[in-house]
Amino acid sequence: MNYAFDWSVIPQALPFLAQGMALSLALLAVSLVGGLALGIVLALMRLSSNRWLAGIAGAYVSVFRSIPLVLAIFWFYLLVPMVISAVRGQATPIGPMYSAFAAFVAFEAAYFCEVIRAGIQSIPRGQTSAAQALGLTRMQAMRHVILPQALRVVTPLILSKAIIIFQDTSLVYVISVSDFLGAATKIGQRDSRLIELYLFAGTVYFLMCFAASRFVEHRTSKKVIA
Amino acid sequence: MSDAIVIENVSKWYGDTQVLFDCSARIAKGEVVVVCGPSGSGKSTLIKCVNALEPIQQGRITVAGHTLPAPASTLPGIRARVGMVFQHFELFPHMNVLQNLMFAQLKVLKRAPDAARDKAMGYLQRVGLLAFADKFPGQLSGGQQQRVAIARALCMDPECMLFDEPTSALDPEMVNEVLDVMTGLAAEGMTMVCVTHEMGFARKVAHRVIFMDAGRIFDDCSSSDFFTNAGTRSERAGKFLSSVIK
Repeated sequence: MNYAFDWSVIPQALPFLAQGMALSLALLAVSLVGGLALGIVLALMRLSSNRWLAGIAGAYVSVFRSIPLVLAIFWFYLLVPMVISAVRGQATPIGPMYSAFAAFVAFEAAYFCEVIRAGIQSIPRGQTSAAQALGLTRMQAMRHVILPQALRVVTPLILSKAIIIFQDTSLVYVISVSDFLGAATKIGQRDSRLIELYLFAGTVYFLMCFAASRFVEHRTSKKVIA
Repeated sequence: MSDAIVIENVSKWYGDTQVLFDCSARIAKGEVVVVCGPSGSGKSTLIKCVNALEPIQQGRITVAGHTLPAPASTLPGIRARVGMVFQHFELFPHMNVLQNLMFAQLKVLKRAPDAARDKAMGYLQRVGLLAFADKFPGQLSGGQQQRVAIARALCMDPECMLFDEPTSALDPEMVNEVLDVMTGLAAEGMTMVCVTHEMGFARKVAHRVIFMDAGRIFDDCSSSDFFTNAGTRSERAGKFLSSVIK
């Protein structure tokens, strides 16, 4: 192998890479918070006795569970501004950054909907009966009795999914957003040091995800007192 | 004595299957009534209809000053006046014992936290579990959990109490601690409807026994009458009784 490694490029690139990492983590955080919030709403809709609500949520989940994430990112980048322009009657660029955030929230919400729905269904019906027998409304029973238990049940799934989402944030390179990998790519291309930067990026991803997954395993294996 | 619960010609269906047939019964204030019968006879369904956990399709139930069926929006208010104890306790596992007892007081009755806590501690002492206020349900035995569940229902100051097989899920050695609490409650004049297979409790504590089979009320008489003459009163009740009392 004749390639001469030059690692001096890495320290110089660190500030820019750190910015990229900040964006990756922001994407992860927004995907989790927004995706969970929308996912809970969708799950409640799917479980609703109202056929229209259940149908709309079901269709939403089917669509986003059946397309690649990259496509969702493109859709939000290309189509949503067109829709907004059509509605408002004027061109409204929203920029790749916001469309990336929106795409992640919309896409992950479909997954979280299914996870939370399964969590809710795993809670015995008697819990709802007991809450209602105490005079709570169905909404109160769901919010204070069923959902807290359901979320606790699915926490390990949500944490493992968070690791995957973190890796998937790298897909925003397709609309030229500089997340961690995007930043590494840009520097690598500028300095013709792609190999060094990708090795470095790979190491960082590995260390972070490996540590996170060990944490999830540790958390899950702890005996939880029901 | 006035009636606490009046059940008039109640019929109920699950889809096309009829599970209750024209059931009628009156329960006076302060009365303790045991509902018994073979499994699948509709006794649990009947008491779930009394606090509107299950809707009825025909007939009428008067309870806590309200008449069922009633509009859905009024049901939580009615249920709050009727205490219910379940076979599987159904304590909320993510709350500790004290939170279990205070939660509905705060949310439903809008009691002040101090008043709710005092009420909860008072009933915890009643059921002998004051030391367990900070424990979670998963750390308690079945008998202890059921006593907490009874205390939780009592914290709402219910006008009557419904028990749905409260000892069926318990290990035998824990049955008595729960029955003792129920016996004490009966002695204080609480109106109680208990679905149970505990014939000792029925004989000693209940004023009346309602015997159900296949969704119908077959017998409704004083408990002494039931235990001495069940065989002559109805063949089904006699058969049931001889099968549960060895």
